[in-house]
Amino acid sequence: MTTTARTPTAGASDTMEPVRGGAAARSRRMRRIVGLVASVVALLLVVVASLALGTRATPLVDVVAALAQPDPTNPLHSVVRELRVPRTVIGALVGLALAVAGCLMQGVTRNPLADPGLLGINAGASLFVVIAIALLGVTSPFGFIWFAFAGAAVTAALVYFIGTLARDGATPVTLALAGMAIAAVSTSIVTLLIITDVQTLATFRFWQVGSLAGRGIDMLGMLWPFVLVGLLLALFVGRDLTLLAFGDDVAKGLGHNAGLTRGLSAVAIVLLCGTATALAGPLVFVGLVVPHIARAVVGIDYRWMLAYSLVLGPLLVLVADVVGRLIVQPSELEVGLVIAVIGVPVLVALVRRVKGRAL
Amino acid sequence: MTTSLARPMTPTLPMVRRRLARRVALVSGVLAVLLAAIVAISLGTGAYPISPERILPTLFGAGESKDAFVLFRLRLPRIVLGVLAGIAFGIAGALFQTLLRNPLASPDIIGISGGASAAAAFGILILGVSGAMVSLLAFGGAVAVALAITLLASREGLSGYRFVLVGVGFAFLAQSVIGYLLTRADEQEAVAALVWTVGGVAGARWNDIGVIAVTLVPLLLLLAVLVPRIRTLQLGDDTATGLGLRVVSARYAVLAVAVALTAVATAYAGPLAFVAFASAPIARRLVGGAHLAIIPAALIGAIVVTFADFAASTLIPGVIVPAGIVTGIIGAPYLLWLLATSNRGRRNA
Repeated sequence: MTTTARTPTAGASDTMEPVRGGAAARSRRMRRIVGLVASVVALLLVVVASLALGTRATPLVDVVAALAQPDPTNPLHSVVRELRVPRTVIGALVGLALAVAGCLMQGVTRNPLADPGLLGINAGASLFVVIAIALLGVTSPFGFIWFAFAGAAVTAALVYFIGTLARDGATPVTLALAGMAIAAVSTSIVTLLIITDVQTLATFRFWQVGSLAGRGIDMLGMLWPFVLVGLLLALFVGRDLTLLAFGDDVAKGLGHNAGLTRGLSAVAIVLLCGTATALAGPLVFVGLVVPHIARAVVGIDYRWMLAYSLVLGPLLVLVADVVGRLIVQPSELEVGLVIAVIGVPVLVALVRRVKGRAL
Repeated sequence: MTTSLARPMTPTLPMVRRRLARRVALVSGVLAVLLAAIVAISLGTGAYPISPERILPTLFGAGESKDAFVLFRLRLPRIVLGVLAGIAFGIAGALFQTLLRNPLASPDIIGISGGASAAAAFGILILGVSGAMVSLLAFGGAVAVALAITLLASREGLSGYRFVLVGVGFAFLAQSVIGYLLTRADEQEAVAALVWTVGGVAGARWNDIGVIAVTLVPLLLLLAVLVPRIRTLQLGDDTATGLGLRVVSARYAVLAVAVALTAVATAYAGPLAFVAFASAPIARRLVGGAHLAIIPAALIGAIVVTFADFAASTLIPGVIVPAGIVTGIIGAPYLLWLLATSNRGRRNA
């Protein structure tokens, strides 16, 4: 893991150029802004697509009418208002939460591999959900949310705590290994519970792939404050994360408290991952791929990476959800599956773009 | 000589080497005894206990027919398969981690086991096959993913980091494919597929053991030839090139052996979580230093699998627990303990 200590990958050399106010810096800034605006436009288009497309494609006129002056007798309007709006809002929220959490994780652990899957957080949430199903008889997504939330929180705290127990402290390697170990234990217990109990398997297997279907707006009402707090914390630590990327010593030398940054980030990660997992199940890839895309565009400045993640996370999740709704009509493919299928080529393309030496 | 007499405390390089070799031999000896003990205990215990003084004669063909049946048909196959699979996984993990210079580079994490599982689940749930056909599919899945990662990750040679990152992508993809297949399957069949994707040695048959043994021998011989090259590679690419090693081809050769070991073991024992991941770090910890520790890693792999299978068969009476579940549960705390107590930075582990 020698390489990851110098995580600043794609654009590290860009940001380190000391040309303040020079033409190069201006054009880089322009590129970042143009990229961000383009992403926002793309996101808006996808939001519209998510409201309009599905088993029953809805003309845009009706979508607008459903939002502006709903007609209770028009079935298309109720589809848009009762199914597609919650689904779109939840998808966007889950996407931004996971992307921002992934960004924070990669910053805190200085490990470009870090994501909710690899650090064991998804597995921990799954364990709590399976316990809820198997031992407490919970069966609805609405009942899972607090268990998923608690599972994500407990696992993240545990991984971090174990990481700090190591002699070297919470280094990128110890955190990743601790996460893997926790994930292995959780996954093993989950599998044991579901192969010995067919009833539990029946419920769990649908939760486990990750889906946005059947989540009501009421769940959103309970969970959005967590995302908001997580997001504010993330934006607050953004600048310090950039410094952290150059090593604890550099950060300390510049008068920043690395421990505080890590602690606040950890709280934000728990809130964001916990909410996302509670809402949609253990979605993989968003937290891994989005920060990588952001880094490829803006370099190692975490404030910009977070800004891009805020937009690209929802974009990825909503694109995947819309695609999943369209390709196997009249049935649909769960969003988690589609994300994996479109995420892998993106990841491979990114990884290949970066020159060998930089890694 | 006079200088070395004057400073007897300064160890010379040959002395360090000798000491390390002694340590490896000692550790390997202790591990071998431990493995033998676990094997002996699992031969004798079960629903039909066989006392030690009956085991030996039976093994040499002089025992009662009932004892012989239980030993040769039920217990010995799973123990032998466990030992062979453990050896293969232990070595494969050590090779991947050394080669890619990344402790996360083990077949469970970079999707090779995942590819095997996804292919097997596809076979069980969609094609409706069983037995040897599932093994064949699993083998194919592992090799296919390994090839895909290698092709996609290589650009001007093999970068460990890039390999791991692309591999993690494939692991996620495999996990999603399995998840998809499970949601579309009949529940009983889903359980069967799930049990397979966890890994275990309960269904071992002598035919399979024959195949895995015949495949392992040439692979291990090839590995023996490659070991000096691996040691040179460990010095870093520049030094290795300077010493006249063709770094790229050496790396691909070692990688091919590691993939083949994983694929063979996975084909018959399933992915067995954590064995490949944890064996080598444990071995290195016991041996000390940045030693390659292939033999200790192989022995630890074998110990972990046989012990896990023994524990799995006695864990919950009446329920068949796949060994892979136990390897996950016992392997992880051990790794955590290693993490918490290791003296030195393991950045290069």
